Amino acid sequence: MARVLVDVMLKPEILDPQGQAVQRALPRMGFDSVLNVRQGKRFELELEDADPATLQATAEAMAEKLLANTVIEDFKVTVLANENAG
Amino acid sequence: MPARIGVVTFPGTLDDQQALRAAAAVGAEPVQLWHRDKDLHQVDAVVLPGGFSYGDYLRAGAISRFSPVMDTIIDAARDGLPVLGICNGFQVLCEAHLLEGAMIRNGDLHFINRDVRLTIENNRTVWTSDYEAGAEAVIPIKNMDGRFVADEHTLDALEAEGRVLARYTDNPNGAARDIAGISNAAGNVVGLMPHPEYAIDDLTGPYPGPGTDGLPFFTSILKSLVSA
Repeated sequence: MARVLVDVMLKPEILDPQGQAVQRALPRMGFDSVLNVRQGKRFELELEDADPATLQATAEAMAEKLLANTVIEDFKVTVLANENAG
Repeated sequence: MPARIGVVTFPGTLDDQQALRAAAAVGAEPVQLWHRDKDLHQVDAVVLPGGFSYGDYLRAGAISRFSPVMDTIIDAARDGLPVLGICNGFQVLCEAHLLEGAMIRNGDLHFINRDVRLTIENNRTVWTSDYEAGAEAVIPIKNMDGRFVADEHTLDALEAEGRVLARYTDNPNGAARDIAGISNAAGNVVGLMPHPEYAIDDLTGPYPGPGTDGLPFFTSILKSLVSA
């Protein structure tokens, strides 16, 4: 089994009203040091019988097709552990 | 035989009955389409109605876009089938890349439910030909993720090609360049955030009236189908 993380974030030029709301809330709780907040999504995937040679490309294809909307979002694939690679 | 207007029901769709009612109101034959059925049942046009298909999970419209009926609709739309996406339907069309851009959370993070005033800028599509160019229309919006965004290059292209269908007079959600609706280059695929199917008669439409400012979307398509 392989474990893969896909982090999805709004592109820098896309406004993030949810992140802005969090950014405005934190100082009200005494966290005065907050300069900026961006909110994103994180997917934790477990893949069976993943071919180590194609794992990265497979996860990127999933992100490209479904997990992220590349019109407004960027994604980053991180292969955490791959028992097949051992 | 009257023109057949199909309305897709996804799990979580809310406004399919209203869209079917609007189709019937102008004299078309309303046809219910089901998300798992690839067959379009000989419809002449399709409405993707509003709602929260698949609970808006992942992103609004992101999962519906991969439903069996959408495979058929995407191919047919590229071949010229008239498709109107309203609210969630607009989001589905963006996710399917039949229309440019994307919808994000409203600027104030609120669900907005009110009548808005629009300017209909493009009356050259099969869905808007019954409007005068520059006509004003009062039509309700009701959404959480209604803020249209696209990169500057795409926005410039939409404007240059006259594909901005409708703009808000008083932008309710921060949509880029006040855009409430756009069309594809061919003009057969239209996405609109406000709900014309909720503005087809004085009894149920915006108050005080006229409550019928959304009706031309449905009379337009009917006329274009009859004359086709």
